[in-house]
Amino acid sequence: MANPVPPSLETHGIGRAMSDSRLARTLLTGAALAFLALLLLVPLAAVFTEALRKGWTTFFATFNNYDAQYAILLTLLVAGISVPLNLVFGLAAAWAVTKHDFPGKSILVTLIDLPFSVSPVVSGLILVLVFGIHGWFGPMLQSTGLQIIFAVPGIVLATVFVTFPFVARELIPAMEATGREEELAAVMLGASGWQILRRITLPNVRWALLYGVLLCNARAMGEFGAVSVVSGHIRGETNTVPLHVEILYNEYNFVAAFAMASLLALLALLTLVAKTALEWRIQHMERQVVTERTRHRDPALTGPVK
Amino acid sequence: MSLRALNISKHFGKTRALENVSLEVKSGQLVALLGPSGSGKTTLLRIMAGLDFPDPGSEGRLLFNERDVMDLPARMRGVGMVFQHYALFRNMNVYDNVAFGMSVLKGRERPTKKEIRNRVSELLGKVHLEGFERRMPHQLSGGQRQRVALARAVAIRPQILLLDEPFGALDAKVRKELRRWLRAFQEEEKLTTVFVTHDQEEALELADEVVVMNNARVEQSGSPQEVYDHPASPFVIEFLGNVNRLLRGKTMPDGQKSRLYVRPHDIEIGQIVPGHTLEARVLHVFSAGSVGRVTLEYAETGEMLEAEIPRSEVDSMHLAAGQTVGLRFRHTRVFARREDTTQELVEVPYEQEPKDA
Repeated sequence: MANPVPPSLETHGIGRAMSDSRLARTLLTGAALAFLALLLLVPLAAVFTEALRKGWTTFFATFNNYDAQYAILLTLLVAGISVPLNLVFGLAAAWAVTKHDFPGKSILVTLIDLPFSVSPVVSGLILVLVFGIHGWFGPMLQSTGLQIIFAVPGIVLATVFVTFPFVARELIPAMEATGREEELAAVMLGASGWQILRRITLPNVRWALLYGVLLCNARAMGEFGAVSVVSGHIRGETNTVPLHVEILYNEYNFVAAFAMASLLALLALLTLVAKTALEWRIQHMERQVVTERTRHRDPALTGPVK
Repeated sequence: MSLRALNISKHFGKTRALENVSLEVKSGQLVALLGPSGSGKTTLLRIMAGLDFPDPGSEGRLLFNERDVMDLPARMRGVGMVFQHYALFRNMNVYDNVAFGMSVLKGRERPTKKEIRNRVSELLGKVHLEGFERRMPHQLSGGQRQRVALARAVAIRPQILLLDEPFGALDAKVRKELRRWLRAFQEEEKLTTVFVTHDQEEALELADEVVVMNNARVEQSGSPQEVYDHPASPFVIEFLGNVNRLLRGKTMPDGQKSRLYVRPHDIEIGQIVPGHTLEARVLHVFSAGSVGRVTLEYAETGEMLEAEIPRSEVDSMHLAAGQTVGLRFRHTRVFARREDTTQELVEVPYEQEPKDA
């Protein structure tokens, strides 16, 4: 089936209408590209050159070390716990906000964004204040022998807090765009809430969901500020990859620091590629929906009835 | 299954959507809820479906076969619904869309795969979409989608079928065909059906009974012929078909101002007969097919009138713009509006042939 793009969607750009300002356009584009190269590409290249300065052997030697391996495993563990948690939280929040009306809805929407607006360091400090030895729940936690601050649970909590908005933020506009009618139709056909979520809502937003999870994961693995406050930087115990990079760097162990950093950079690059692919996919789907709507009224495409 | 709604009231914040609305649908009937947008017709339909509820604390009741179903959740009411924009599941093909209602049944109630397959192909046959099983919704035309939505709604063998502006998004030609087809389908399935429309022609042509709604109330209900021939209020007469309204400022004995309504085809054009005809000037004449449409200016007040007369009369009288002619009204309706209350409208007797010409 051919999917002609309706005229309103075609991007002619504003270039043709402003053809006299070609110089300005070149200058602006050039400035943007130079800026991009200086601030993004050069540092990225630097990470990899520094990491490989003493050759591949030294590069790989960095990872042949208990503390480094532990940091990688801990990072994977923390992301492995927080991303699924935020997947569930984000899904629940987006579902509540977009498919239902209730008092206090706008407050919930604002709260979802809170971690974005609070400095990660502050988020970490809040956790220390609440769960630390001298914090509100400190004595209670101590009596049960459960340690949160300067331990893995604290790192997970901090990561969950900081990365909470990613999934919800991607899902809310996607769910809003699909509307409620399909869900209502499913209700009229006798489907239960769970069946609707599994068979209608989730498949309709699957690309947005994947996109949110991807961003959430990238941030969970790379989070420094909040984790740094609650971790206590104990090698081989509470050091994640970003924290380990900092420690190595402070010890003037540049090659090792950059080798570890190159892992994070690689993650960023992979995320970027996956993100672009997903964005293309989502746009493609949206375009299909729009095309569908325009086809609605096109008599030439309307099939015969008996 | 018969359906009765009693004293339904619904407000959205301060906006009144339904005010004490009652409605009765006999088993197997096809009923149209007709009204302009904002008249409350869709809200009423959604309340019947269980997707909306009357104001809490209000007396509203909803009876299916005399059984109160207001507390029954939408998914348990056994009602099939076709949404205005069809709401097909975009991630499922036509087959899965139609099979959905059967596939969500639990345990023993769920038909076997084979039974589902048979039912789906039976339904797709009925809606003339054999061979479309693997198509996705975005690969279908508007009319095809509408029929998939219908097949999906009746797949669960509902007792009542509700349709929200079923033909609203279709072009005129497809709309006419689908209308005829829906009527035949409904009669064959003997489904009690309620559909919402703002198109008076659609309602009059399709329905056994028309419920005219305006401003959160039912203005009138009855057979299409009844509401067309005996409109109960100025709103109904103005909403159903073309009509001329003359604000003649004639004051009735008890101080009411009257309005006279006359349909274009109830106007006769001829010679001026003093005392028996009204004087008017011809502004425009246009003949299409067998009908001549004449635009007139009523001499006494300068109001405009539209008349429809046989084309043969236009030709035999050599009607042309600028002529002065005499009018007779074959059939008129007069309503008086009280000055103090705007709601209450009373029909008053009126002499067929005014003497003031």
